[in-house]
Amino acid sequence: MKRSSPLAVPGGESGLAVADENSPPLGKMGQARLLHWATRALKAILPPIAAVALALLVSAALLAFNGFPATDVFTIMVTGVFHDVRSTSEVLLKATPLILIGVGLCVAFRCSIWNIGAEGQLYAGAIAATAVGVSFAGLPAWLHIALILAAGAAAGAFWAAIAGLLRIFFNASEIVTTIMLNYIAIILTDFLVTGPLKDPAASYPQSAKFLRDLWLLRFLPPTRLHIGILIAVALAVAAYVFLFRSSAGYAVRVVGINPHAARYAGINVPKNILLAIAISGAMAGLAGAVEIDGVTFRLYQDISPGYGFEAIAVALLANNNPLGAIFSGILFAALRSGSELMQINAQVPQVLVFVIQGLVILSVVGFAAFKRQTARPAE
Amino acid sequence: MQNVVHLSFAVTTVAAAWRLATPIVFAAIGETISERAGVINIGVEGIMLLGAFTGFATVFATQDLWFGFAAAIGAGLLAGLLFAFFSITIKANQIVVGAALNLLGLGLTSFLFRTYFVSTGQGVQIAPALDIPILSDIPYIGPAFFRQNALVYSTVLVVVAARFLLRRTAFGLTLRAVGEHPKAVDVAGLSVSLYRYCAVLIGSALAAVGGAYLTLAHANQFVEAMTSGRGFIALAVVVFARWSPVGAFFVSLLFGLFYALQLVLQAEPNLGVPYQALQALPYVVTIIALVVVRNRTDAPSMLGVPYRKA
Repeated sequence: MKRSSPLAVPGGESGLAVADENSPPLGKMGQARLLHWATRALKAILPPIAAVALALLVSAALLAFNGFPATDVFTIMVTGVFHDVRSTSEVLLKATPLILIGVGLCVAFRCSIWNIGAEGQLYAGAIAATAVGVSFAGLPAWLHIALILAAGAAAGAFWAAIAGLLRIFFNASEIVTTIMLNYIAIILTDFLVTGPLKDPAASYPQSAKFLRDLWLLRFLPPTRLHIGILIAVALAVAAYVFLFRSSAGYAVRVVGINPHAARYAGINVPKNILLAIAISGAMAGLAGAVEIDGVTFRLYQDISPGYGFEAIAVALLANNNPLGAIFSGILFAALRSGSELMQINAQVPQVLVFVIQGLVILSVVGFAAFKRQTARPAE
Repeated sequence: MQNVVHLSFAVTTVAAAWRLATPIVFAAIGETISERAGVINIGVEGIMLLGAFTGFATVFATQDLWFGFAAAIGAGLLAGLLFAFFSITIKANQIVVGAALNLLGLGLTSFLFRTYFVSTGQGVQIAPALDIPILSDIPYIGPAFFRQNALVYSTVLVVVAARFLLRRTAFGLTLRAVGEHPKAVDVAGLSVSLYRYCAVLIGSALAAVGGAYLTLAHANQFVEAMTSGRGFIALAVVVFARWSPVGAFFVSLLFGLFYALQLVLQAEPNLGVPYQALQALPYVVTIIALVVVRNRTDAPSMLGVPYRKA
């Protein structure tokens, strides 16, 4: 049951791991099939759980080492995060952009495109969504909302496609270009909210507020939870189907595993690279639009606390599987909520969450390597 | 008279560019050595932050600049060891490990800064300017160029040393071979991993010094995320300079010039350009630089590929 490694570089070790991702052998008896799926799910879930546990353990040690009561801190975190409907809904609210971006990054990473620029693509989407949201008065609300979301996705895809095209035509590393585009998008946002998009009535640099009619539907009042989370889950399923059940998604994955083999097989490599990075950009841009239209209702400079970077860890923890990204997105959102509680109740600086994220990534790759080693006794 | 004003303006801007380029020179030379051995470390940004914070905290406690830089190098070596273990020993994807290192660097330094220093608000004594005798008395050029702190001068030494190391020593030649054709090195009976570990450790130590420059020679304070992308710019510098240390020095100077111009122009009140356009300049230039060098045949051929014995 070897899964294609998400961490394989092109031309790396796992050249043949594509075929057995889908289509498990269909057992004649339902019971055997159930057992098969259960062991498969268990095998998929255990390493990430162990990785998160290890990361939390190291963080606890760090806290204890610096004089914080580590066990109390984690008790506050665990009991506080899913304490009641309100706190749970806040976790899901934070999970929404993480799932959206994480799902997009699954597609890019499966194609071995290292899009580190989701943060900038989120801002590009937020800018476009705001521009559409504060203009076109008089449109029917449903159409206006659809336009806001579409503009966000299109702008995110455009921002990512810049890096994709530079990679294809100039062989410019998308790692560096996407990071630079992050800075440029955030500086652009700063320019717009102090200039062209600034609300003349406001003293802070921010855009005008969206009309109430345009807000995304809240389906669990009195909580702030909006339909963005449902959109995110639906798109995660769609991305899974695309990646693992469609020939277009298969082509994307083959390019990611071995671009040379893909070319020999008649797959258009540049087209797939552009497609994968544009999908990830569109998802990040949509996340920006959803944040604007569901949470902040206006644009300002710090609308994202680093969702675009956190989503990298979300995708990796999910083994670049969009369905897994739903759960890892919720997990990271819970960690973020928990770190806020730590700050409020135990005076632990909230930035600890970055340490936890970094540790999660390291332990995920550590466990993956361990699995690789045990899987090849021949070496 | 007008010409003299222009001359002194140009000279001070170029001298400021040298100062502003210094942290990038250290990081870029380090990354050049690492990438020449086939290891791409995008965690430079995080390592620079670790160096900046460790240097600051040490000088804060001991009031000794030498201890400060030594501690920064120590922190850089530890971070490099972590990176090397994951990317070389257990052969994890170098980009992913580098991204984790950036998160760790940002998170750890901000966490420790908020825990121990945020309320103090005190700075530290920074590295003093060293006047070079005779040269510093040359009109215009002297005060601008030859009254810098020791680290700014040392960028020239680091470049020369790196060039000598990579081109004239057996160690350096083998190190480059490890980046081009590790199998040949392996067959010759030398350890590919050992050379890659050395390259990564040299690279991360230099990146940490570049970070420490920010707190111990540039500003006298630590600020969260104060590297603001310099580590990533160093990555672009390496590509633009085609993996040459001397090239990396001059490309870094070019970026320093953009930082300097940005500062000069921001002080200009009626420029007609929003200041954000100037802020974005180094990042836009980085992208343009990558487009200009489209021919990447100089890249070490095994860059980013873990070595596995057949």
